[in-house]
Amino acid sequence: MPQGLLGIEELDRAEIEAILARAKDFQPIQHQSFKKLDTLKGKLIVNLFFEASTRTRTSFEIAAKRLGADSVSITASGSSVSKGESLVDTVNTLAAMRPDAIVMRHAASGAPHSLARHLAIPIINAGDGTHEHPTQALLDARTILDQRPKLEGLRVAIIGDIAHSRVARSNVHLLSKFGVDIVLCGPASLLPQELARIAPGVTLTNDIRGAIRNADVIMMLRVQLERQHEAAFPAGEYFQFYGLRLEHLALAKPDAIVMHPGPINRGRELASEVADFQRSVILNQVENGVAVRMAVLERIVGQNVAAAH
Amino acid sequence: MSPLLIKNGRVVDPASNYDRNADVLVENGRIAAIGPHLSSMAADILDATGLIVAPGFLDLHVHLREPGQEHAETIETGSRAAAAGGFTSICAMPNTSPVNDSATVTSYIVDRARKFGVANVFPIGAITKGSQGVELAAIGSMKNAGAVAISDDGAPVMSARVMRRAMEFARSFDLPVIDHCEDLTLSAGGDMHEGLHSTRLGLRGIPSASEDVMVARDIMLAQTTGARFHVAHLSTRGALRMVADAKKQGLPVTCEVTPHHLSLCDSELAGYDSNFKMKPPLRSKRDVAALIEGVASGIVDAIATDHAPHPGSEKMQEFEKCPFGIIGLETALGVVLEKLYHPGKIGLMRLVELFTAGPARVLHLDRGRLAVGSPADLTLFDLETEWTYDVNRSYSKSKNSPFHGKTFRGGPVATVVSGQVVWRRE
Repeated sequence: MPQGLLGIEELDRAEIEAILARAKDFQPIQHQSFKKLDTLKGKLIVNLFFEASTRTRTSFEIAAKRLGADSVSITASGSSVSKGESLVDTVNTLAAMRPDAIVMRHAASGAPHSLARHLAIPIINAGDGTHEHPTQALLDARTILDQRPKLEGLRVAIIGDIAHSRVARSNVHLLSKFGVDIVLCGPASLLPQELARIAPGVTLTNDIRGAIRNADVIMMLRVQLERQHEAAFPAGEYFQFYGLRLEHLALAKPDAIVMHPGPINRGRELASEVADFQRSVILNQVENGVAVRMAVLERIVGQNVAAAH
Repeated sequence: MSPLLIKNGRVVDPASNYDRNADVLVENGRIAAIGPHLSSMAADILDATGLIVAPGFLDLHVHLREPGQEHAETIETGSRAAAAGGFTSICAMPNTSPVNDSATVTSYIVDRARKFGVANVFPIGAITKGSQGVELAAIGSMKNAGAVAISDDGAPVMSARVMRRAMEFARSFDLPVIDHCEDLTLSAGGDMHEGLHSTRLGLRGIPSASEDVMVARDIMLAQTTGARFHVAHLSTRGALRMVADAKKQGLPVTCEVTPHHLSLCDSELAGYDSNFKMKPPLRSKRDVAALIEGVASGIVDAIATDHAPHPGSEKMQEFEKCPFGIIGLETALGVVLEKLYHPGKIGLMRLVELFTAGPARVLHLDRGRLAVGSPADLTLFDLETEWTYDVNRSYSKSKNSPFHGKTFRGGPVATVVSGQVVWRRE
């Protein structure tokens, strides 16, 4: 990973395993009273968020700080982007201030990829449009592995607005590389048939019960109202057919876990009782976000720094 | 102007099915003689040994951006690029600013082309006022001012009723209706072909159906009205099948295909490079294969470039914000040689036809053939010399080409317009 992290699709299994293992090393630090390392001391990381984000941006900021790096966060509304500066010019301006990495979120698919072609500074993709969100998939894998000895052989159901979900794409690529049986489920208009060919081990269904049956992991996606440019399903029918309710959980494996990348919409894709369900690991995901992003930052920015532990 | 004698070339003229080594003598801007061992005391000699001497290439589909978008291209720069691509005649699409929807704008283009054009420029008038799709443009007056066809390219007529009226009217003026076939309600928001690659890249798709339904509609309307209907930049296998059926039924339906749709597919979008973003989008591998078959089997009437200049600043944005379109005049012959001629899909006669007699027939235009007395527009090209395309040296004002850095085998060598050599390979 010499040039940042743009997506999961192009990573190999060994690289993913290395990041996940390193993230496990960082987990205990989150519980210490003194949480700061000096691995990336003197390094500067810029978080450049062209799209609203609370948890991802905060998580990256905390990860950078816990590694001893300085971090600066810029959001689109407060930057020159709102003054009409182009994306390339904004990023070139920031690059001239010599950060060691740019963490970037953008509403346009491929925005970090086209920038990476012009830039010598590593870019870490914190979500690009409806394409990929690699650190989310890594933290999801870390969370599953905290509950299960390995990914191989698991059955993971991903349910919701798959078409518009970068979380789904990154998860599919990651889980597929580990031989997971992946079931994608959603209304037909949000579940393009081509998804079945996007990676090995993927099947599609429009039936939430079929998707959940025997699942080890149920991953719910947010209904992305901001990405729907038209009505893709009849108003009011989403929760009725694709909302996760407690009764559904009986179809899954007895120890199945429920995940959600957040922010959750109680009553829209998830019944409130499910969000608070004892085998819901939604907050574990958030916690693992910091450890995983520490592992990613260390790997990309700290290439010349000896491992801290 | 002194006469020009083009010596020792292989003269290929599909209109007269002529293919032999011969000389071509040009006098007063017209072809004076074609045959072996011609001589003329006064003539300048152009040695065409080892070269193909063909009728001047005609491109049915070019955006010259003048008037109104001269920062992207002008009649002068666009026609220079055309000449460097072997084109002696180009048809200018009407989506300028203002739109070419009146005799005034048509005359302006004709006038500017006479003064600054290096190649012949044939304007295409709009179908509707402002290409808004509502009221018919001044079709008859534009024809009188020099328009050779009508089209709302880029802003296709969505109302079937308006299209029907346009076809009826165009028929009475013997003008073909060229349609950019795209149902805008199906393609809305799309950035690339809808398929596995758009799904993988998280880019919104433009389904094949958005093209197919409009080709179907227009064929029905051509049948109803008797108008000549020409499909611009046909890109799907479904549309090709419908055109083939229409031709079988004897309907006056024709189509063109671009070099990029014959050579590139949607997997090229993997790097989010906007030089691969155009409308119609690069389709699937299966569509590309079908189009190549369609050219080989004779369903396709013409190769047209859809040369669409956009300045670098517009193409250097987020992919979804970048405008659609690429330049293509200078690379068209190289691409077609590589994808169709060298692999043996088509022979030399058919290759030349696709650039000459084919497009001339679409427009009922007296161009694209070599006959004594006809305008001396000639394209000289070779089949073997390797050359590499450097877009930074393009004559076009814009540099948005997916073929930058590509090496071609064979290409244009010299371009003659009205008896004058307007471009020669260095």
